[in-house]
Amino acid sequence: MKPSIIKVGLLRGRLEVLQFLRQRESVVFTLAFPVILLFIFGSVFKNTIAPGVSFSQYFVAGMIASGLVNTGFQQLAIFIPMERDMGTLKRLRGIPMSPISYFIGKAIVVLFAMIVQVALLIVIGRFFFGLHFPINTSLWLRFLLLLIVGSIASTILGIAFSSIPKSGRGASALVSPVVIVLQFISGVFFVFSDLPKWMQQFAALFPLKWLTQGMRSVFLPQSFAAKEPAHSWELGKMWLILLLWIIGGTIWAVRSFRWGDEK
Amino acid sequence: MSPSNSPAISVRELRKGYPDKVLGTKWAVDGVTFEIAYGEIFAILGPNGAGKTTTVEILEGYRRRDSGEVKVLDMDPQALSSDELHWRNRIGIVLQSASDAGDLSVRETISHFAHYYTNPKSPEEVIDSVGLREKADAKIRTLSGGQRRRLDVALGIIGSPEILFLDEPTTGFDPEARRDFWELIRSLKALGTTIVLTTHYLDEAEALADRVAVIADGKIIEIATPSTLGKRNEAKARVAWLEDGSTQIIETEHPTQEVAKLAERFNGEVPELSVTRPSLEDIYLQMIGHS
Repeated sequence: MKPSIIKVGLLRGRLEVLQFLRQRESVVFTLAFPVILLFIFGSVFKNTIAPGVSFSQYFVAGMIASGLVNTGFQQLAIFIPMERDMGTLKRLRGIPMSPISYFIGKAIVVLFAMIVQVALLIVIGRFFFGLHFPINTSLWLRFLLLLIVGSIASTILGIAFSSIPKSGRGASALVSPVVIVLQFISGVFFVFSDLPKWMQQFAALFPLKWLTQGMRSVFLPQSFAAKEPAHSWELGKMWLILLLWIIGGTIWAVRSFRWGDEK
Repeated sequence: MSPSNSPAISVRELRKGYPDKVLGTKWAVDGVTFEIAYGEIFAILGPNGAGKTTTVEILEGYRRRDSGEVKVLDMDPQALSSDELHWRNRIGIVLQSASDAGDLSVRETISHFAHYYTNPKSPEEVIDSVGLREKADAKIRTLSGGQRRRLDVALGIIGSPEILFLDEPTTGFDPEARRDFWELIRSLKALGTTIVLTTHYLDEAEALADRVAVIADGKIIEIATPSTLGKRNEAKARVAWLEDGSTQIIETEHPTQEVAKLAERFNGEVPELSVTRPSLEDIYLQMIGHS
């Protein structure tokens, strides 16, 4: 019987999740680190930034958005170059497996890590930092859609970016600063509307700014929209920009993906 | 199973070069031609950097050639397109080095890889045949170099390949592990597997190969059976014995006659008698020295 692309992809997903859970680096780096950050920032900055909105609530919403970037973009852009270095990719290239199955496996591990990450952040946010759950079904649906679209964008961009690091060792030194800088300028560690105009405009080129804004629209009171720089959640613009990144990222990934140092 | 009139692998005038600051192009593989029959163990022997790995990686479809013709199982490895998975299902590859999947166990990894193939061997049988039974539940990162290599071989053979490529498979093995590994390779040959082996160990080529290609600087110096390589079988034998307190040596094409004469002269046992022919190593060093 010929193994199907989907079936092999699911098997790879199982294997990837198993490996993820057994790698101390990935569990600590991808899952625990954001939780630690949440506790530090959430505990230090307790000020109120708008009527009924504390900074910790604002921060939890931003960290949930960053969770999508950590589990997709950061995880893949660091681990794929390591797999390239260790010979995993070369081995996989030599067996009867469609490359699509490999990417299905990656999507599954991202989805798994993302769900665990977001669940952790929401629960901790709810019990320690006054996070409110979305107040109605349509906000829950928007939240779900944000998780799906955000994860897709993050996964695709992680795969695309994985072609940039020259070695597995160098990957984390290259990828982590990108993520951290984006977090600083996209409304995670600082209130976005407090940032200088030019920084806001620069951040608006990247998906994280839109993801944090979308998460705020789900978790903060609707009145807070007036405090955003555009005095609205700009949801239409948000979906459009995420979609553009998905399309651009796919083209980038297809063109740049490397299985080895092939010549 | 296989058409006996066409070879498992045929390579004609294969060339592959890399940019080089001094030479312009450095030819890693420079006009290599050979054929490998179904069921044969073919060893590619040469010093490091001779072009062994490049040649094999072209056959495996990892690298593109600059010129020449290559057919592996009647297909061109760099023009497979939709046949690629079908073709890869019929070959097994043991790469030179891999250090992946350290957090999985031996059994998990082998069982997982069985799923990629249409006609896999039983994972438990493969675990036994590569001698990893005691390590079946151990994490891969805890394996020794030799055990790790045997796992690589297990992953190469799990799909019941018709052709198995082994790139320097026993590097880092202790002598006993190498003997066991050779037994494994012989048992695969007995099942009809065609085996392409690169090595820089002469004893390995001698122990396993039906034919040996000696390669240096990207060129094939000779292809022969291990016993006839470098006309080793026609080389003069060296007869040595102890007489008058010192070792006497003669080189001769007729060692049996010489030994008979000595036996007659000594009227029985000849002290410290030995008859030797040049070892494969002597021949080989001579060959690559000349290149």
